[in-house]
Amino acid sequence: MADGTDPLLRLTGATVALGGRTVLEAADLSVGAGELVALIGPNGAGKTTLLRAALGLVPLSAGEVAVEGRTGRRAGQGAGYVPQRHEFAWDFPIDIAGAVLTGRTRRVGWLRRPDAADRAAVEEALELTGLTGLRRRPVGELSGGQRQRVLVARALAAGPRILLLDEPFTGVDVPTQELLNELFGRLAAEGRGLLMTTHDLAAAARTCGRVVLLNRTVVAQGGPELLADPDRMLRAFGLDRAIGTVAAP
Amino acid sequence: MNALIAFLTDPWQLPFMQRAFAVAAVIGAVCGVVGVYVVLRGMAFIGDAVAHSAFPGVALAYAFQGNLLLGGAAAGITTAVLIAFVSQNRRLKEDTVIGVFFAFAFGLGIVLVSTRDSWTTDLSSFLFGQVLAVSAADVWTVAVIGAVLVLVVLAIGKELVAVSLDRETARAAGLPVFRLDLTLYVLVTTTIVMSLEAVGNILVLALLITPAATARMLTERLWAMTLLASAIGCLGSTAGLYVSYAYDLAAGGSVVVVLTGFFVLTWLLAPRHGLLAKIVRRPDAAPPVTTGP
Repeated sequence: MADGTDPLLRLTGATVALGGRTVLEAADLSVGAGELVALIGPNGAGKTTLLRAALGLVPLSAGEVAVEGRTGRRAGQGAGYVPQRHEFAWDFPIDIAGAVLTGRTRRVGWLRRPDAADRAAVEEALELTGLTGLRRRPVGELSGGQRQRVLVARALAAGPRILLLDEPFTGVDVPTQELLNELFGRLAAEGRGLLMTTHDLAAAARTCGRVVLLNRTVVAQGGPELLADPDRMLRAFGLDRAIGTVAAP
Repeated sequence: MNALIAFLTDPWQLPFMQRAFAVAAVIGAVCGVVGVYVVLRGMAFIGDAVAHSAFPGVALAYAFQGNLLLGGAAAGITTAVLIAFVSQNRRLKEDTVIGVFFAFAFGLGIVLVSTRDSWTTDLSSFLFGQVLAVSAADVWTVAVIGAVLVLVVLAIGKELVAVSLDRETARAAGLPVFRLDLTLYVLVTTTIVMSLEAVGNILVLALLITPAATARMLTERLWAMTLLASAIGCLGSTAGLYVSYAYDLAAGGSVVVVLTGFFVLTWLLAPRHGLLAKIVRRPDAAPPVTTGP
């Protein structure tokens, strides 16, 4: 729970079945304002599925998602999504400012051109992510870290209070990681909620106020010290059973 | 000088050449605009499939003495919608589905053709184009349809860009991704069918792909790419007709050869991304790709 305040994101008993297989089962999770939460688990644990369910991209077979208190099929549209970098067509002829503006496409509306408010939102998102000076640079010429910041800026341009980030640290170098850490910390300090999947346990321990261990369902959650708890980590990664099998003669 | 003026003005004395120039210029420009999305979305194969799948519709329209363009459009759009719909099945990749429908439609067209010998002459004009035989009504049809196509592309441009950049995020934001895909398919199909009469089923793909691909090598801005593709398409089609007139060559083929000439020249000489620029540029003067965070 988010210290008594209304959570920005709440999943209650969220269950997702894909192709007849239950990928996510009865997951309970909430992210409050100012929180930076890491979603940790092995490959295939359902981390990305949980984000996609929160965004309304995959249907729930049971349970409920609430974004800023709103439920229903369109609730996820209020959340900002920062997908993995390979989801974006970096060879498209567009500059950073143009790419960030696409985050507001829905807000601008059909048959309309961006107005002053849209341009201001883009400027603010560029400013927050430190991309103002690069605004006219084609996206195809950016480094991995710059690309990650473009995706964050695009999500921020729509003005969401909750950001869902899929593996933002994968494949970026250490200086970029620190820069992103600092950025995420700042976004949380401004009252946004962030939920990120990550493989990087060290980064999660350093920056996230709370970690959620996921393996098909929420196995445990708590402060970063949870990552130092061998029993729970083994359980989250399914190693308790694996080691049990190996140890048996 | 007089010879050059004569070369440029002679064809315009002939009404059938005037109509051919008008149709070729409009088709070149419209194919350039729509082709930008075909190239950026990697839809070349879809375009090919749609061009071929218009064939049975044309054959049927001919058999029942209907409008050939409408018949082709109906068949092409039906195939495009079927492809979009069937490829929602996650087990089948889109190009697999395209391969299935593309082969079926073309086969069906051949079966329809083979039932009557006398069809071959007329249908061959749909396979290879007859820009020199277009009527005044054809010119107006192409101009009106072309204008509508360009207006639609401009009207939903920002949504098409958002979906082309990142489908999942666009969907998460609430954009109707499937309906936008469908609209794009229908736009491409209409463009192809509209162009069939001039350059034919086989060569229409060049008009859709080549100007846009040439423009992509010259710019990193979508609006510039659109303008360039449109200008290259328009200029290349017109120049192709001059070549065809001056040397008495097949019109549709000449247009495609000229367009491909533009493409090859650009590939070699483009200021930043051309082959020559890469050779001339010393390794220590590499393009300004930043590597910092």
